[in-house]
Amino acid sequence: MPNDTVLAWLLAVVQTLLFIGAAPLLAGWIKRVKCHMQNRAAPSLIQPYRDLAKLFRKELVLAENASWLFRATPYIVFAALVLAAATVPLIALSSPTAAIADVIVLVGFFALARFFLALAGLDIGTAFGGMGSSREMTIASLSEPAMLMAVFTLALTAHTTNLSEAIEHNLAAGLVLRPSFLFALLGLTMVAIAECGRIPIDNPATHLELTMVHEAMVLEYAGRNLALLEWAGQIKLMIYGVLIANIFWPWGIAETLDAAALGVGVVAIAAKLTGLGILLVVWETVIAKMRLFRVPQFLGFAFLLALLGMLTQVILETGT
Amino acid sequence: MDLAKLSLSDQAVIASAALILFTSFIMLAQARIRPLIYAFAWQGVLLALITALVALVSGQSHLYISAALTLGLKAFLIPWMLHRLAVRLNVQHEVEPLANPSILLLIGSALVIFSYYVSVPIVQFSTLVIRNTVAVSVAVVLLGMLVMVARDKAIAQVVGFMSIENGLFFAAVVSTYGMPMVVELGIAFDVLVAAVLFGVFFFQIRASIDSLDVSRLNRLREIDE
Repeated sequence: MPNDTVLAWLLAVVQTLLFIGAAPLLAGWIKRVKCHMQNRAAPSLIQPYRDLAKLFRKELVLAENASWLFRATPYIVFAALVLAAATVPLIALSSPTAAIADVIVLVGFFALARFFLALAGLDIGTAFGGMGSSREMTIASLSEPAMLMAVFTLALTAHTTNLSEAIEHNLAAGLVLRPSFLFALLGLTMVAIAECGRIPIDNPATHLELTMVHEAMVLEYAGRNLALLEWAGQIKLMIYGVLIANIFWPWGIAETLDAAALGVGVVAIAAKLTGLGILLVVWETVIAKMRLFRVPQFLGFAFLLALLGMLTQVILETGT
Repeated sequence: MDLAKLSLSDQAVIASAALILFTSFIMLAQARIRPLIYAFAWQGVLLALITALVALVSGQSHLYISAALTLGLKAFLIPWMLHRLAVRLNVQHEVEPLANPSILLLIGSALVIFSYYVSVPIVQFSTLVIRNTVAVSVAVVLLGMLVMVARDKAIAQVVGFMSIENGLFFAAVVSTYGMPMVVELGIAFDVLVAAVLFGVFFFQIRASIDSLDVSRLNRLREIDE
């Protein structure tokens, strides 16, 4: 028995390392497909790794009035997101880390990272940082309830908030046309777009003063601090992608810990993320960035979708 | 009730019912006239789909005629007439700013919960597996009323009115496998006549108050202060 436990923990660590190691690859893939869509010359798939390596080598420059908070934030944000990644089943179910933390803890990790990032944005005292922090918190306060509502819809169906068990439940149920899942999927996708700072909420490639949200907060960072924050952003995108892929299309994920099942799991998640990346690019290409004042409406709609998901779960699927 | 134990066509009925509810919410939130009419047309398509599915499950062949009638009238003819009216009145690009769309959507969600609450006793009398969708049909009726209450423009109010009729038809299909054919035909042609009459009324309203904003009919003075 102790051997099994050690093996399971080892696998959980490897899975997490794979998770954070693959996150820049997903970002590179999205950037590449986007360039192809827009008829531009595409950078190589491993360009994000080169960018990160370059930033890690660069000299660290800090503002004169930076406090300890500003210096500690990149590490806290990165650590919170790595821990969050550890709770999400990537290629195999029933890892020991997933048993410890459920999906509410996952939302908590996101909130922790966001809290410190917003404080760091305010810390230096520049106008942009404060503006970015204020916008980020506005968006977060609206997207968090929508995300929790979508997650609770899943929890109602699977009777658990544990991600691993919920995915196992969906896997066992097979193909069921659940309207609540459809609404939860749409709501969660809209929240993911808002939280990861994608178009139409925020443009990840912009440095235009009036429109940026995430970039405004990290404007003062350089060197390895910036590298950690960018990497954390890529991990966050990957977490949302894996959540959407594995909850709503759980097929292919490894239920046992033998080599064949794990191999299928790796291929399955790679295929699902490749597809999701293409969908994201198509969405970002056909839609225009919206005004900041319309963001509450966008997230209000996401909340409505998640709420409808919960209502249809109660009314239509459980019923009397 | 366990959804996973139902047959695939029953699951499809329930999923389409949820989508009908969704189109009602889109009508509630949509400020532009043309997408509003499109949302109404989609509701008609889904209603026809549900009727055809129920016909398939229950083996009631007269429901196929209802489904075809619904598709022809509510998904194509009436939306087309409304759209043509909007073009002739030159309001198809008009945006009607809603005072507070988020509050409106929350009121809509509250109406859904309310209709679930009131339909629980009715549902217990039914033995059909899709009986839970009765709550959705009541909600569609109430949401149609909310559209009529919240909107000032005459075309949007007519769309709300038509979606109330959709809700009633939906209730008849899912609770008792449809009304007798004669009644259904009568209602279908009533709705068609109503759509034509509304068209005449639009021009009358516009001729008398020079706008389709019916809230102006509440004023007694002719000159704005």
